[in-house]
Amino acid sequence: MNYQYNIGCSLANLKGIREFVRSSLKDQDVPEIEMSAIVLALDEMCSNLMIHAHHCNPEHMLELHIEIPRTGKFIFEIIDDGSVFDINEFHQPELDRLVNQKRKGGLGIRLVKAIMDDVEYLKRANKNVCRLTKVVKPE
Amino acid sequence: MVQIKRLQEEGADIISVIGEIDASSSIELDLAIAKSVGEGFRKILVDCSALEYISSAGLGVFMSYIEEMKDKNIPLILFGMKEKVANTFHILGLADLLNISANKQDAKKLADELSV
Repeated sequence: MNYQYNIGCSLANLKGIREFVRSSLKDQDVPEIEMSAIVLALDEMCSNLMIHAHHCNPEHMLELHIEIPRTGKFIFEIIDDGSVFDINEFHQPELDRLVNQKRKGGLGIRLVKAIMDDVEYLKRANKNVCRLTKVVKPE
Repeated sequence: MVQIKRLQEEGADIISVIGEIDASSSIELDLAIAKSVGEGFRKILVDCSALEYISSAGLGVFMSYIEEMKDKNIPLILFGMKEKVANTFHILGLADLLNISANKQDAKKLADELSV
């Protein structure tokens, strides 16, 4: 089963993204803690793209694809045509340093990397595809 | 998306966070804490019992106050978190850097201990 959701790059739309992810996974026996973590990771990736690649322009669109597997390996894709923001190349300062510097940012990417098993980037039909993979053991 | 209420009990400012905090709404939490500090409260408790969701933007707000509260000797204590919300703090180890209590009573007690 595959699900798709297209949404403009406005932070007000993050709630809709969370609801889409949650409703797409609701019949998949995903434990609540895992479900919340996956919803969070998708929120983080989309808000990052909206802010850094699209400057929150609501006319720019993101496409979300969710592939529901038989094997427990879920694939989430975020497709856009903005500039690529590869989180694998992002240098993560130590948490202590962020605290000392009274920073508010720098946590989203850590969350995504901690939650997802794999984050990769590819090109398809001239668009950027950010593919997140998560293996979930059913309840 | 998020509603923030403040009330005062026994000299502590209690900030209740109701709903969801994400990149679009974290500013409201930030303003509420800043206001509480600005008004001179010496103990700030954050009631998270009606907090349904928090993303890194909200975590970042709490993180950004850790040093300031330490410098000013103001205990900032979060309490009443649901498990799914608490898990977000634990993923990054942020729970170890913040003061988190199970309920309001424990939070008040901790605030008193830290204020001495």
